Amino acid sequence: MNRIDRTFRKLRAQNKKAFIPYVMAGDPSLEKTKETVLLLERSGADIVELGVPFTDPLADGPTIQRAAERALHSGVNLRKVIGLVRDMRPDCQMPLVLMTYYNPVFRYGVEGFVRDAVDAGVDGVIIPDLPPEEAGELLRFTKPGRLATIFLVAPTSTEERIKKIAGASTGFIYYVSMTGITGAKLSLDSSLPESLSALRRITKKPVAVGFGVSTPEEAKAMSESADGVIIGSAIVKRLHESPESLGEYISALRRAI
Amino acid sequence: MPALTELEGVYLKSKTDREFQKELVHLQRTYIGRPTPLYYAKRFTEHLGGAKIYLKREDLAHTGAHKINNALGQALIAKKMGKKRLIAETGAGQHGVATATGAALVGLECEIYMGSVDMKRQALNVFRMRLLGARVTEVSIGSRTLKDAINEALRDWTTNVRSTHYVLGTVFGPHPFPVMVRDFQSVIGREARKQILAAEGKLPGHLIACVGGGSNAIGLFFAFLDDEVRMVGVEAGGRGIESGEHAARFAGGSLGVFQGTKTYLLQDEAGNILGTHSVSAGLDYAAVGPEHPYLKDLGRVEYTYATDEEALSAFELLSRTEGIIPALESAHALAEAVKRAPKLARNEIIVVNLSGRGDKDVHEVAQIKGIEL
Repeated sequence: MNRIDRTFRKLRAQNKKAFIPYVMAGDPSLEKTKETVLLLERSGADIVELGVPFTDPLADGPTIQRAAERALHSGVNLRKVIGLVRDMRPDCQMPLVLMTYYNPVFRYGVEGFVRDAVDAGVDGVIIPDLPPEEAGELLRFTKPGRLATIFLVAPTSTEERIKKIAGASTGFIYYVSMTGITGAKLSLDSSLPESLSALRRITKKPVAVGFGVSTPEEAKAMSESADGVIIGSAIVKRLHESPESLGEYISALRRAI
Repeated sequence: MPALTELEGVYLKSKTDREFQKELVHLQRTYIGRPTPLYYAKRFTEHLGGAKIYLKREDLAHTGAHKINNALGQALIAKKMGKKRLIAETGAGQHGVATATGAALVGLECEIYMGSVDMKRQALNVFRMRLLGARVTEVSIGSRTLKDAINEALRDWTTNVRSTHYVLGTVFGPHPFPVMVRDFQSVIGREARKQILAAEGKLPGHLIACVGGGSNAIGLFFAFLDDEVRMVGVEAGGRGIESGEHAARFAGGSLGVFQGTKTYLLQDEAGNILGTHSVSAGLDYAAVGPEHPYLKDLGRVEYTYATDEEALSAFELLSRTEGIIPALESAHALAEAVKRAPKLARNEIIVVNLSGRGDKDVHEVAQIKGIEL
């Protein structure tokens, strides 16, 4: 059993929900990212998502795209992010998940990517532009328990597709809170609880909700019907604009979830 | 994915839907002005002193380029799906104009995404789109050209997928777009094949078309794939391959996965997409439609490139010898004809796809020549 499964098992036993912050690796530098990840762990994060910078992040809004541009500018790429995980592992016990687009993985070589990521201590991977229908090559190398493959369910996903996505997902399932991109404005009047219970009838795997979650109130509302809440753009924005306020914000989120 | 599945279903049904096909053909004839002529460019041919050059005059299609063939088809599909809004990306502005036109024709809202770099160099088309009732949204993130406009359009589509159809402008993106766009464009080759047989009693030896995403090229080539006809796709060589400032994916790219397609890309070692350069906004793009690598690997189509300089010189040559100002995109295809025709016998035939007219480029060309308008 890998760290992600252990984390959700432990949280379920304690009737708690996972707090999953996202940071863009290398924004503004890998050293700073390491510091931030260790701070997040101390502040009670359960899993951290590390964004891998890519020139054309289709599923992301401007906050993450700009962070990716800064990281690319400082020379960060997939290989270096894997290196960062390796470098952090002695000090960091929580699960680390990479969020990357498919082309950097494809270019790296899927087999080599999985081997190096696992070897460095990466626990899972989220690839928003890789639907399970196209993930045959990745799934061939990521045996369950080795590297979790976390696929995304959208509000428009049909039952048939949800089954397929849930079947291919390991670690947890990423439920996208709305039709849209990361960092967009969330509308809480949505049918989220209903959609999540429909999802839960199909699968027993943990479900984390993300996209557009920014305030502790929103995080709390999301955590009521999910196993975890993912917060990305709001953290990335704060890290860039007012890093001194990050600690307090993280604590507020932790209390809310 | 559900939107793509829905689109595929509606599109496949439309192919055998007699009412739909009747409306499409009727509008192609009465609205677009099809069939477009196949014109023997006598003085251009004589100037080059070799093979006979015919031009497939897509520049004479309504809105001035082949883009309308696809935009109109997809506007009808969108209407059939009950969508209220069309969105599209545009580089040179031709596809944006075509989509805005299609939206006006069938009565749908329209929003066009365009990189700020392209908005500047294609200001005329920006105004045309606005005249047609479309909202033009500036994309000022990333490289601020076509690829970023596609990213932004895909983001809009992800957000508004229930009400909106994304009219992708070329044979790119996730299935069914490459197939659907090809089918709407293949009218070019079907007509050209009939026309050349009527004019010359034989098929041409060569077909030449420029390749950005690759829709006008596939449109011309598709009807000839089973014939003994050589086909040449011409990419943008920009300032030359060694300069790194180009958009020649076959000459300088490698296999990758981008914007929902596995194809040839200009990318760095880490899989990031590289910036491109071409004098023509419509060819200034880091990837190529996936059917082109397939045709290349089969050995069916040959791919080459023309530099900015070669394209500009063909642009002027056609203007002076024929009284036809070609789009800078199409000028890349003409540049290949300029290289190839003199080496061929006078009884050989070349068909060049004149995919668009050059009015939109006049300002840009004047600027390059240092002339203030």
